[in-house]
Amino acid sequence: MYISIPLSYIWRNLIARKLTTLLTAGGMALVVFVFATVLMLEEGLRKTLVETGSPDNVIITRRSAGTEVQSVVDRDQAAIVENQPEVAYSTNGLRLASKETIVLISLAKRSSDKASNVLIRGVGQKGIELRPQVEIVEGRMFRPGSTEIIAGKSVAERYYGAGIGETLRFGQREWTVVGIMDAGKTGFDSEIWGDVDQLMQTFRRPVYSSVILKLNDPAAFSALKTRIETDPRLTLEVKLESVFYAEQSQLLANFIRYLGMMLSIIFSIGAIIGAMITMYASVANRATEIGTMRALGFRRNNILSAFLLEALMLGAAGGVVGLVLASFMQFFTISTMNWQSFSELAFSFTLNIAIITKSLAFALIMGGVGGFLPAARAAGLNIVDSLRAV
Amino acid sequence: MEDFTEPIVQIRQLTKSYRRGGQIISVLTNISFDINSGEFIALMGPSGSGKSTLLNLIAGIDKPDSGSLKVNGRDIATLSEADLADWRAANVGFIFQFYNLMPVLTAFENVELPLLLTRLSRDQRQERVELALSMVGLTDRVEHYPSELSGGQQQRVAIARAFITDPVILVADEPTGDLDRASADDILAMLQRLNREMGKTIIMVTHDPYAAKSAHSIRHLEKGELDVTNQ
Ligand SMILES: Nc1ncnc2c1ncn2[C@@H]1O[C@H](COP(=O)(O)OP(=O)(O)O)[C@@H](O)[C@H]1O
Ligand SMILES: [Mg+2]
Repeated sequence: MYISIPLSYIWRNLIARKLTTLLTAGGMALVVFVFATVLMLEEGLRKTLVETGSPDNVIITRRSAGTEVQSVVDRDQAAIVENQPEVAYSTNGLRLASKETIVLISLAKRSSDKASNVLIRGVGQKGIELRPQVEIVEGRMFRPGSTEIIAGKSVAERYYGAGIGETLRFGQREWTVVGIMDAGKTGFDSEIWGDVDQLMQTFRRPVYSSVILKLNDPAAFSALKTRIETDPRLTLEVKLESVFYAEQSQLLANFIRYLGMMLSIIFSIGAIIGAMITMYASVANRATEIGTMRALGFRRNNILSAFLLEALMLGAAGGVVGLVLASFMQFFTISTMNWQSFSELAFSFTLNIAIITKSLAFALIMGGVGGFLPAARAAGLNIVDSLRAV
Repeated sequence: MEDFTEPIVQIRQLTKSYRRGGQIISVLTNISFDINSGEFIALMGPSGSGKSTLLNLIAGIDKPDSGSLKVNGRDIATLSEADLADWRAANVGFIFQFYNLMPVLTAFENVELPLLLTRLSRDQRQERVELALSMVGLTDRVEHYPSELSGGQQQRVAIARAFITDPVILVADEPTGDLDRASADDILAMLQRLNREMGKTIIMVTHDPYAAKSAHSIRHLEKGELDVTNQ
């Protein structure tokens, strides 16, 4: 026979104890907030870096350099790479490849006056064509051979001299910001781009940092990789751009994840104990009700599921509130040092269905774990004893 | 009673004791008696004499140590816990001294509660609950919560809850113990009507001789033993 205690009865018992319910659910909401925020942070970082790479772009760096900052590709090597048969041609008959150089400069933040590293990328003529996600939203592209630069949106907002029309001084030269690029919240939003030859001259660098190229056929990747990596003249490494950037986010993502999970676990223990105390009190206060329900013919498992459901509802309420709070975090952008590129990276909290599901599941697990023992006690009560407990 | 059917409650050699801190307290010793269908009996005796214990055994919420306990043809002492729960739902209506209504449920919902264990549809339940509440004179209190009702009104809701499933026996443990005289009279009159008009067998524990007068017969429990005095 299918029997169940109505949900409205269970719900009203929670409402009846306004303050304890509020405090208990509030505690869980806080934990879910932390939990969801961490996942959102990790997701934001992942999105920013992974989407920085295009799926059919290939990045070539010096073997085991790990990042472009540490990489060196000399001119001869770059020329060999650029002329591989797998490299696509652009409409004007040139190879779709960009030999690039990376320089880190220190700029002062508008908010705090504190200096921080900003990544300057010298790009070739094809640099922008290779990154379809990058769009000039204000001003124009820099002219080749000039000291004009364009700044990523987040750099322009956050650093002195990086706004449109402003000038920056580095490498003993004045650089004018003539355009702002929106890279769709990818890592390029945190970069400044200029003419690769001008930058190499200025910084007296004889070599490139990397070569970015587009494949004429994504399936040709492994052939290109094998040929370049086994060429004795070259000491280079070939990676899909998306893989390259995903690897860059790994260290920071792991750090965020471990720190966040540690915090979540520690806080959740508190929240679970809170739920347990609340539910034990609820069982004790309602012993007579439980005895009466049993006398009327409700079974132990009806009582068990009613109290378990009550705890789950408590968890669900905490989960929903925590998620609503966490969803406001989407309006914030966070910037932090990415240790793998030694430069500042801006990214935002990103909420998605998977995070919502995980957070609610986490809230329900907290409710369930906290409610299980009290529910078992309620179900285990002896009818006569509980009726006597007036 | 003219009919010679089996008594509705048949108790033989019933013994019950409780263990408290290593000590065994003997509450009922070798009790044997019958209650006929349609009877309204009052169970009296001094406090601690075992009245509630005996009532709880008959109602199937407690288990005897030994002896047999047949109610409505079933030896309930041998039923499993789950079967006993179903048996109670179908056969017993409970009335308590302190009403034992669910504070978060309205009068209507409290009365409906035992019907959730049946296969009745929502509409059928509503019809029955409204009828039961009108029989106890609470048509205008359907949506009230227990805290919004007087003691007497709460006990009337409890009575409606007790007979809503049309059980064969009603057990009432000090049903007027918490009420003033007028409300008590109301409740007793209602029990008498249930007994007379609906043929319910009623077993009522009370230590109030005045309340006991409403019953057909009175049984006295003294130190776990029963002596029968007919009114
Ligand atoms: N669950 C129990 N545990 C221990 N002792 C009990 C329990 N229930 C009843 N008793 C004891 O059994 C005796 C009879 O109790 P009870 O049936 O409630 O008496 P009455 O209803 O006549 O006042 C009392 O001495 C009481 O303390
Ligand atoms: Mg008693």
